[in-house]
Amino acid sequence: MLKAGSRIEARFKELAAAGKKAFIPYIMSGDPSLNASLRLAGTLEDAGADIIELGVPFSDPVADGPLIQAAAERARRAGVNLRKALGLVAAIRKRSDIPIVLMTYYNPVLKFGEDKFAKQAVEAGADGVIVPDLPVEEADLLKEHSYKHGLDTIFLAAPTSGPERFRLVSNASTGFIYYVSLTGITGAKLAHYEEIEKSVKRLKKLSGGKAVAVGFGVSNPDEAGRIAKTADGVIVGSAVVRRAREDSARDFSAWLKSMREAIG
Amino acid sequence: MPETLMPALEDLEHEYFKARKDAGFKREFDSLAGKFIGRPTPLYFAKRLTQHLGGAKIYLKREDLAHTGAHKINNALGQALLAKKMGKKRVIAETGAGQHGVAVATGAALLGLDCVIYMGSVDIKRQALNVFRMKLLGAEVREVSAGSKTLKDAINEALRDWTTNVRNTHYVLGTVFGPHPFPEMVRDFQSVIGREARAQILKAEGRLPDHMIACVGGGSNAIGLFHAFLKEKKIAMTGVEAGGLGIESGKHAARFAGGSVGVLQGTKSYLLQDGDGNVLDTHSVSAGLDYASVGPEHAWLMQSGRVKYTYATDEEALAAFELLSRMEGIIPALESSHAIAEAVKAAPKMKKNKIIIVNLSGRGDKDVLEVARIKGVQLC
Repeated sequence: MLKAGSRIEARFKELAAAGKKAFIPYIMSGDPSLNASLRLAGTLEDAGADIIELGVPFSDPVADGPLIQAAAERARRAGVNLRKALGLVAAIRKRSDIPIVLMTYYNPVLKFGEDKFAKQAVEAGADGVIVPDLPVEEADLLKEHSYKHGLDTIFLAAPTSGPERFRLVSNASTGFIYYVSLTGITGAKLAHYEEIEKSVKRLKKLSGGKAVAVGFGVSNPDEAGRIAKTADGVIVGSAVVRRAREDSARDFSAWLKSMREAIG
Repeated sequence: MPETLMPALEDLEHEYFKARKDAGFKREFDSLAGKFIGRPTPLYFAKRLTQHLGGAKIYLKREDLAHTGAHKINNALGQALLAKKMGKKRVIAETGAGQHGVAVATGAALLGLDCVIYMGSVDIKRQALNVFRMKLLGAEVREVSAGSKTLKDAINEALRDWTTNVRNTHYVLGTVFGPHPFPEMVRDFQSVIGREARAQILKAEGRLPDHMIACVGGGSNAIGLFHAFLKEKKIAMTGVEAGGLGIESGKHAARFAGGSVGVLQGTKSYLLQDGDGNVLDTHSVSAGLDYASVGPEHAWLMQSGRVKYTYATDEEALAAFELLSRMEGIIPALESSHAIAEAVKAAPKMKKNKIIIVNLSGRGDKDVLEVARIKGVQLC
């Protein structure tokens, strides 16, 4: 088995060598139960997911749109917290070598303890962390502890970030760089493909070739395919969370496969 | 803070620091403060209340007499002017009690800006009058039904709006909270309260006060009053949080009494949170104090010991609300009633030659329906 922290990079390298791009679906830990999430992770991998992004429920998810907010509320009602999300990581890791990236807001990590979080996340088998409300300039401690324990820290670059912030974000990111495809929250409507393309190219150049994945607002194979033309990976959150609940198992798998195919 | 907003915050810092040094901006703001807000607000000696309590002399800083009925207009107008200067055509804001929402809607009407106000559905219900006032002023009021359906959730939703529309929108945050530069900027706009009070008490009494009291939700009226006096080490200062149904009940918003350090909405401060770092629901009879965290400068003032923080329960605030109405002919806001409640406790323990200044941060017209409901009085 690969060592944590290297799984993400290795996966992007493998994909690049095969001329392929990463499909990175997002699910909320414990929506509506931890067992359901464990099963869902299996479904995602079977349908061709390359990396799984695992949300941690929080009471005040300011970067998220209504679908992921509601998922967080369901997970919190099921009693899921950061510790239990790490348990879910361990359960997925027992059955699979798929890279896992945690997406958590900052306060639960602060309360848990940054050092303890990084250590236990890696022990559970997580490979990276995204903290959407923690800007690069406030992330020194988290970066330090994550580096020490071998957890990748993935930062977000946004359409509003200027050249200086692009540089900060690309320097601070390990594993991959997360480009936010739109000026808004998760699950909003996508537009401006030219801007996405330009930004992804700039980030790749600045970072000396780090992988760049694009997320927020990607909801169908057409959008995913267009983004995958330039990005190294496509992150799909709200649409996965919604369809996992609403679609039949067969429809959901078929849709996941169509996304996988479109991303190429 | 999400990365999308970081460039906007950098811009705001730059523009605000520029405006703060700009004589033209200051002139425009001061002129509006005088002619539109009605500043300076009086510092009023509450003679009958003083006699009734039988201790220190109580002065009230009458922010309730500012246009729109609370101190909130000082900051709202300042930021609306700044938004216009920055070329933003649209302003958004959160509101709890509705006073900040009304103030921003007023500033937007005055300056010709589009205005959207986010308000929790619980607060919309208990502050119906202010909701209608905002609409009259041309603002759109958007109901927030997520989470605890109060101020915290209104801020979340305003932040989401700002993240989406940051290119043409300024977020007029209503208190000394949120990411830099908001706590500093809001304090600057509100510090006029203390500067006036200082000159006024020197004129009235020939000396500075012994004790100052203000209620603390986010904490802007308290910082506004205290700021000009912080270096006067002899003056005692008390911030009064919402004790709700009592600390042991868990239904309160007393962050210093019941919270611990955490990060919410771009601010590291005292926070009511559970063991997992999730933010707890709060309770207060006053919507404006019903918030899980508190301005970071207050956290610093608490840790340094410069300001003492205490709380008043719903019951104590309601008693103070009625007491001030009957004793002085002033119906205070339920928020400000928490400060009055502390004065009721403190004044009798002090000598008659001592002086207390209480910040009467807002008027209570907005609360009359809610108080009638609590008392079981049917009005219409």
